[in-house]
Amino acid sequence: MTQVDNLANSLMNGPDENGHFGLFGGRFVAETLMPLILDLEKSYEQAKADPEFQKELDYLLTYYAGRPSVLYHAERLTEHLGGAKIYFKRDELNHTGSHKINNCLGQILLAKRMGKTRIIAETGAGQHGVAVATVAARFNLPCTVFMGAMDVERQSPNVFRMKMLGAEIRPVTAGRGTLKDAMNEALRDWVTNVDDTFYIIGTAAGPHPYPQLVRDFQSVIGREVREQMMEAEGRLPDSLVACIGGGSNAIGLFHPFLDDKDVSIYGVEAAGRGLDGPDHAASLNGGQPGVLHGNRTYLLQDDDGQILEGHSISAGLDYPGIGPEHSWLKDIGRVNYVSATDQEALDGFQMCSKYEGIIPALEPSHALGFVKKLAPTLSKDHLLVMNLCGRGDKDVFAVAEHLGMNIKG
Amino acid sequence: MTIKTRIDARFEQLKTENRGALVTFITAGDPVYDVSLEILKSLPEAGADVIELGMPFSDPMADGPAIQLASERALANGQTMIKTLEMVREFRKTDNDTPIVLMGYFNPIYRYGAEKFVADAKEAGVDGLIVVDVPPEADEELCIPAMNVGLNFIRLATPTTDDERLPMVLQNTSGFLYYVSVTGITGVNAPDISDVLKNVARIQAQTDLPIAVGFGVKSAEQVREITAGAAGAVVGSAIVREIEANLNEDGSPREGLASRVKMLISELAQGVRT
Ligand SMILES: Cc1ncc(COP(=O)(O)O)c(C=O)c1O
Repeated sequence: MTQVDNLANSLMNGPDENGHFGLFGGRFVAETLMPLILDLEKSYEQAKADPEFQKELDYLLTYYAGRPSVLYHAERLTEHLGGAKIYFKRDELNHTGSHKINNCLGQILLAKRMGKTRIIAETGAGQHGVAVATVAARFNLPCTVFMGAMDVERQSPNVFRMKMLGAEIRPVTAGRGTLKDAMNEALRDWVTNVDDTFYIIGTAAGPHPYPQLVRDFQSVIGREVREQMMEAEGRLPDSLVACIGGGSNAIGLFHPFLDDKDVSIYGVEAAGRGLDGPDHAASLNGGQPGVLHGNRTYLLQDDDGQILEGHSISAGLDYPGIGPEHSWLKDIGRVNYVSATDQEALDGFQMCSKYEGIIPALEPSHALGFVKKLAPTLSKDHLLVMNLCGRGDKDVFAVAEHLGMNIKG
Repeated sequence: MTIKTRIDARFEQLKTENRGALVTFITAGDPVYDVSLEILKSLPEAGADVIELGMPFSDPMADGPAIQLASERALANGQTMIKTLEMVREFRKTDNDTPIVLMGYFNPIYRYGAEKFVADAKEAGVDGLIVVDVPPEADEELCIPAMNVGLNFIRLATPTTDDERLPMVLQNTSGFLYYVSVTGITGVNAPDISDVLKNVARIQAQTDLPIAVGFGVKSAEQVREITAGAAGAVVGSAIVREIEANLNEDGSPREGLASRVKMLISELAQGVRT
């Protein structure tokens, strides 16, 4: 592991002015979009420096989203696994049921500031789509959500929620109809409607400045954990665990700790049916560097540079790429990127429900699947924080089906 | 550095003929390699002055449904970067004058290795590259290596490229400049020609490069109107749709597909010849 000895060499300063985290990141977009993302970057820099912007965001995070989310000692799970002292960062308690709202509130305030009058977004599991539809309703802006046709089917509760919130859902049939195809379609819409439209990207990926601004908006998670852990235990945690789709909940938890070299950090990718076959979504553990959706990062791709579809039991993790900052953190060795299979996630899902009375989303169930293996190897005074970044209401039908139960009646 | 390619020669020649260029786009390997090669070889005789050959990509974010489907067909039938270069080599056996521009997205090139790719492309007989998702801010990735081996790097200017940004777009562009007639993706919205020509004139005031206009151009009439004020007009989706319209239910090419495409090109070519 890289030693981070002083702040001059801080790992928290990225990206550089061209949006690079080492080799990764950048702005690989068509010329039509270039002026737009440069404008977004400028507007974001101004907003960051404006105390009024931060004040309004803080207000909404507190009174609308319900922050701070609690840091909860998962006592029975700790006992059951018989090792590390396990804490959950309860971001599933946020309004709309996941961490996605943190980012959406930040981006919609930016959209408003920039005078944009229409919102678009992509969504996989539908959690980001719901969060976008929510803030669009709250700020009275029309909203179109692109969602892979296959995801529309397997996440029907969220499709209904988005509709209730007034969003228009556009099912995407191109490709295999999952998250990457939804993102392509959102980019096609944006490049067509350049004047009035703001694209709220749902994860820490896309062209610069998105990976940075999504990370900044999600970092409230890690900042709260620092404070809450100091209060609870009088010291920082020993390890952090988060699941990785595009990497936004993970970078939000990790980023404020990157310079704390004694904190071990684990990102859990979706290993689907196993890393030895093609059916997984582990870009870091099973991909190579490439360029997609505006940035250079690890991608699932074939030898000819064609992008492969990710597979995961969780619609929120089956993206074939990953935020560029994670690619960099992998290469410099600061974060350990591990994985959990569909089955391990299902086990985690059931374990958390049974021992803690919390039904988790399938995405953090991957983190739970890994915690189940990691915690027993650690001592009882080891403080482990896992980001419980979403609740499982949206997944109950899918899980029931995997467990061979019929609950549709 | 000034490099002279078939593209430069072709635009100079057309200037002396006092007419604009018909630039035609097809996707390499669409619908299958052999038929695609047959179409490619027929293009110059049908009246194409410059050929854009698409390198199929799984995620063509700047393209509309017609060209997306063309990419999908080609990839499903086994097209690869190596086969695309092979097509160019085959073409060059019988045609040493018609410029070929490879058009596509960065990832397949990056995976191939940018330095190796530009060298192999040059050797195969390619004259220029249009790579949609590599902006001038990332010139060192591909544009500079391409220039170093003597390939033109053709950049897109769009309605969102204002006067302040234009010099940056023009800086390392050579061969010609591709003006994108609409904000949006290929093959969907029809351009407003008078608007387009105003923008072409605005840009032409800042460069000596020929300017070709594309996105949404589908008829000989539009080609004529555009080349009244621009050096070339690009037709893509309309040609690709003609391929799509001549497939059997199972996706296999119908008898006579290539000659139908050739007929369409001949029609379009009237737009630069009367
Ligand atoms: C609850 C939840 N967690 C995690 C993710 C994955 O995204 P990210 O890696 O950006 O946090 C999603 C995406 O839909 C999600 O809904």
